[in-house]
Amino acid sequence: MNISLFITFAILIFACYLGVSARKGKEMNMEQWAVGGRSFGSLTIFFILAGEMFTTFTFLGASGMAYGVGMPAVYAFNCFYFIVAYWMLPPIWKYAKKHNVMSQADFYEKKYKSVGLGVVVAIIGVIASVSYLVMQFVGLGIIVSASSYGSISSGLAVVLSGLLVTVYVTISGMHGSAWTAIFKDILILGVIIFMGVYFPFHYYGGFKPMFQAIESAHPEMLLFPAEGLSITWFVTTSIMIALAFYLFPHMQTGVFSSKSAKALRWNAASMPIYQLIIVFSVFIGFAAVLQVPGLNDADMSIFKLAQGAFPPWFVGLVGGAGALAALVPSSIVLLSSATLLSKNIFKVWRPKTTDQQLGRLSRLLVPILVVIAIFFALNESKLIGLIYIMVYSIIVQLFPALFFSLLKKNPITKIGAFAGMIVGVILVIYSTVTDTTLATLYPNLPSMIKDFDTGLLIMMINFVVTYVVGVNTEKNFNKVTDGSLEKYQQVKG
Amino acid sequence: MKRRIWLYFFSLIPAIGSLTVINKIEPYVLGLPFVLFWLLLWVILTSFFLYIVNILDPANHEGEEDI
Repeated sequence: MNISLFITFAILIFACYLGVSARKGKEMNMEQWAVGGRSFGSLTIFFILAGEMFTTFTFLGASGMAYGVGMPAVYAFNCFYFIVAYWMLPPIWKYAKKHNVMSQADFYEKKYKSVGLGVVVAIIGVIASVSYLVMQFVGLGIIVSASSYGSISSGLAVVLSGLLVTVYVTISGMHGSAWTAIFKDILILGVIIFMGVYFPFHYYGGFKPMFQAIESAHPEMLLFPAEGLSITWFVTTSIMIALAFYLFPHMQTGVFSSKSAKALRWNAASMPIYQLIIVFSVFIGFAAVLQVPGLNDADMSIFKLAQGAFPPWFVGLVGGAGALAALVPSSIVLLSSATLLSKNIFKVWRPKTTDQQLGRLSRLLVPILVVIAIFFALNESKLIGLIYIMVYSIIVQLFPALFFSLLKKNPITKIGAFAGMIVGVILVIYSTVTDTTLATLYPNLPSMIKDFDTGLLIMMINFVVTYVVGVNTEKNFNKVTDGSLEKYQQVKG
Repeated sequence: MKRRIWLYFFSLIPAIGSLTVINKIEPYVLGLPFVLFWLLLWVILTSFFLYIVNILDPANHEGEEDI
């Protein structure tokens, strides 16, 4: 084992130690495990939600995209997120607290008084979560393998990391995630800011000389192109991602574990400054453009630069930071999807399950989900690439029903919510599988319209469907089914 | 309640700003191409705007807010 790999693993094991020791003195019932007993104050919730900003995407993806295509990589930071967060999260939290909501599907189920809608939301959430997990594991494999200088295959690295995630999620639940999130962010910030400043100065003598050098070699990289990743693409994709970001089941879990709505507002206001750090990752990618040209895998640019410039122990540190960037979000994603599966799917199927059994089941589901994710991560095929593109577009389809449910008087019925979601998800799957976009349907449109984000467009269709169907299906349908729901909830307790 | 509506529109200013891209390399500001500088500027301003909204938001001063 070389020194860099040793350091990477030491960091991972320390993170697990933090996670496991966090459970001390807490009785681990379902609420503690799933939403940390709703006890997290401003600072902790900040690290949990902010931690989601710094995933393997930030680490490998943002620098890789800057290296590969240049300026469009800035879509990685987008302040629209926080305006959405400021207005949308506190009402969600308040409702969740009042009605003891523990998962995203619970939220829809209670808002629309429909168990079926809860199940649909849970299924959409789990599909999105597993795909998200797969991409994190693929990233983790690249990182660990790179920090071992190739002596560990990325396959083995994926399996080892899966093992680590399982152990700590099973034992510590949400509390573990909180502590590790803090440790992880400090490490990542340190490493990314340092490299983002060091490389431009070391190789080019500053930021301006670096960008000027790129400008003379590849002027097109410093601008948004006229077509494809154009400004329209940037704007619409930013909006779509900002709306989708907080709709992932694990983000909702993060919101539920907050102690107050105030903490969430403070969090939304502070996050943009924090997110600024991603720009350093973009700098690293730009620095790599002229220094390590011609890489097959753009995502490797950050490691190629680090290995060329630093001693192995530092590469190990970078590897450790990157690995945590995958580990922490993975653990939160696992928690929330295990909760969804047990609470919102299994319990509907077997209403008599006790809370204790549910808790045990959730924990049992963690290793199973990990094995599924590892399986797909190892067999990374074109299919997975497709699924990844779909993830954000699919999850954003939950937005219209959420939006209407947050209004003072919800104008739509559950049938509307249901219809919108189904239409949205089917359209996303269709457009992704057949590779249909506005650009392929109407190639003659100006690029200003053509580059409109497909996920956002479908969400708008979904919005209209939800409203039209939702307003026109009468409440008497609700009356018919309300009785069965009450019966169900009596059994559920 | 009325105040919240004003605050809502106020908070949308950085969204409009950050989604308005000025696609130019020149002039360089702080060593960054203009387009990059512009987008970064709005990230910082978003925090500034949201802090103001947060301070003025009546919801933060209601007793029953934080149960």
